Amino acid sequence: MEKIIEVQHLSKSFGNHEVLRDIDFSVNKGEVVSIIGSSGSGKSTLLRCINLLEKPSSGQIIYKGENILDDKHDTRAYRTKLGMVFQQFNLFNNHDVLGNCIVGQMKVLKRSKEEAEKVAMKYLKVVGMDKYINAKPKQLSGGQKQRVAIARALSMEPDVMLFDEPTSALDPEMVGEVLKVMKELAESGLTMLVVTHEMGFAREVSDRVVFMDKGVIVEEGTPEQIFNNPTQERTREFLKRTLKI
Amino acid sequence: MSFDWMIKIVSENWPMFLRGAGMTLFISIIGTILGFIIGLIVGIIRTIPMPERGGKRVTLKIINSILGIYIEVFRGTPMIVQAMVIYYGSALLFGIDMNKLNAAILIVSINTGAYMSEIVRGGIISVDKGQFEAAYAIGMTHFQTMINVVLPQAIRNILPAIGNEFVINIKDTSVLNVIAVSELFFQTKSISGINFRYFETFFVASVLYFVMTFTVTRILRYIERKMDGPENYIMYANQMQVETPEDTLRRTQSVNGNNR
Repeated sequence: MEKIIEVQHLSKSFGNHEVLRDIDFSVNKGEVVSIIGSSGSGKSTLLRCINLLEKPSSGQIIYKGENILDDKHDTRAYRTKLGMVFQQFNLFNNHDVLGNCIVGQMKVLKRSKEEAEKVAMKYLKVVGMDKYINAKPKQLSGGQKQRVAIARALSMEPDVMLFDEPTSALDPEMVGEVLKVMKELAESGLTMLVVTHEMGFAREVSDRVVFMDKGVIVEEGTPEQIFNNPTQERTREFLKRTLKI
Repeated sequence: MSFDWMIKIVSENWPMFLRGAGMTLFISIIGTILGFIIGLIVGIIRTIPMPERGGKRVTLKIINSILGIYIEVFRGTPMIVQAMVIYYGSALLFGIDMNKLNAAILIVSINTGAYMSEIVRGGIISVDKGQFEAAYAIGMTHFQTMINVVLPQAIRNILPAIGNEFVINIKDTSVLNVIAVSELFFQTKSISGINFRYFETFFVASVLYFVMTFTVTRILRYIERKMDGPENYIMYANQMQVETPEDTLRRTQSVNGNNR
């Protein structure tokens, strides 16, 4: 299988506090990888390091055979290849729904307005938000905002989608609508890397599950292995705590 | 009787009052706009993230400290003193004989610019960090992020402060009478110098100042409300399943029409 992103010996510290320690892992094309673990285990930081919102302290990130941490590498061109969905949605408040989905296409990918709108409408239909194209973010519910944020990321037609706890800031009844969209995307063959607390989603949808604790990858494998036969004590403990509720 | 005097003063001198008020408004509008542009540029430069190393970092540090000095000096000295120093100083030191109006606009602009820089910087800082991150994550440059995402939000947030500056400028152009710019205060002084009715004449001036500032604040408040838009999305206008951007345009226009 073709590796799209390969992380090698990645470490990240904030001051003296080491958040990630010697992380090695990779994402293959067409694969859905879920990263699970308790709060503060470094899952989000790992995701943010991958699209360089945080600068790794050491290690390498290889994207399609190129080291993106090289000074000469074009960070912005690389970022357009990764679609990022944030926990807090981060929709552009000054743009309406359609504007959110076309501004990146027009300014970064230099697409024409007509083309950008066509692409945006296509993905807004995918997430079921095509009826709200003139709504401003403040007029939408959390679930709607997150679906628009997914459409905005998809509109850039990225190679990999990164989800940073996409349902953690949502009311319980809105979690479903977002997970449904993500499930559909996963089934369409999109490469996805999902940091999540939704064990059901990780178990059902992902091809591979990575369990992180205290800045290291403790265990990774198929959902079957991780959820039914975890080999590590820490994984067992974490699952016992989360699945009991 | 002072009320009769006021009517007499206004009826006799209204062209002078009007010209003075016009000049005051002109200087403060242009001064505020230019000051805002200066503030925008300085504010953007001062919020560029500092590179970790290299020549760029040194250049940025030097530029930042120069801008810092500009802001501190012009915020820390009275405009009336700045007016004297710049107007007479430019003639004495550089031999530039400035046109009084140009000098007035220059003084108001750079003075306002110093305040505006801090207002703009505050506005940029107040925009949620997530907005920057989302823009960077789709590959925008710092400049693109500013123009397309951050500044529109920052400017909306600082509109009340900009209005404040505008009102202050309308009032503070009165200090420009020290370099004999024929704004409202200067005109009023001239009129009262002829009729010796100081109270009545300046009372008329104060009414004129108030009318100007009050109108400006109302207009700005109206603009703010316009920019904010409605709280709720009007769904009844959005039942169409398939639509082209042309339909959307037509629909939004008709919706706006209905609301008015």
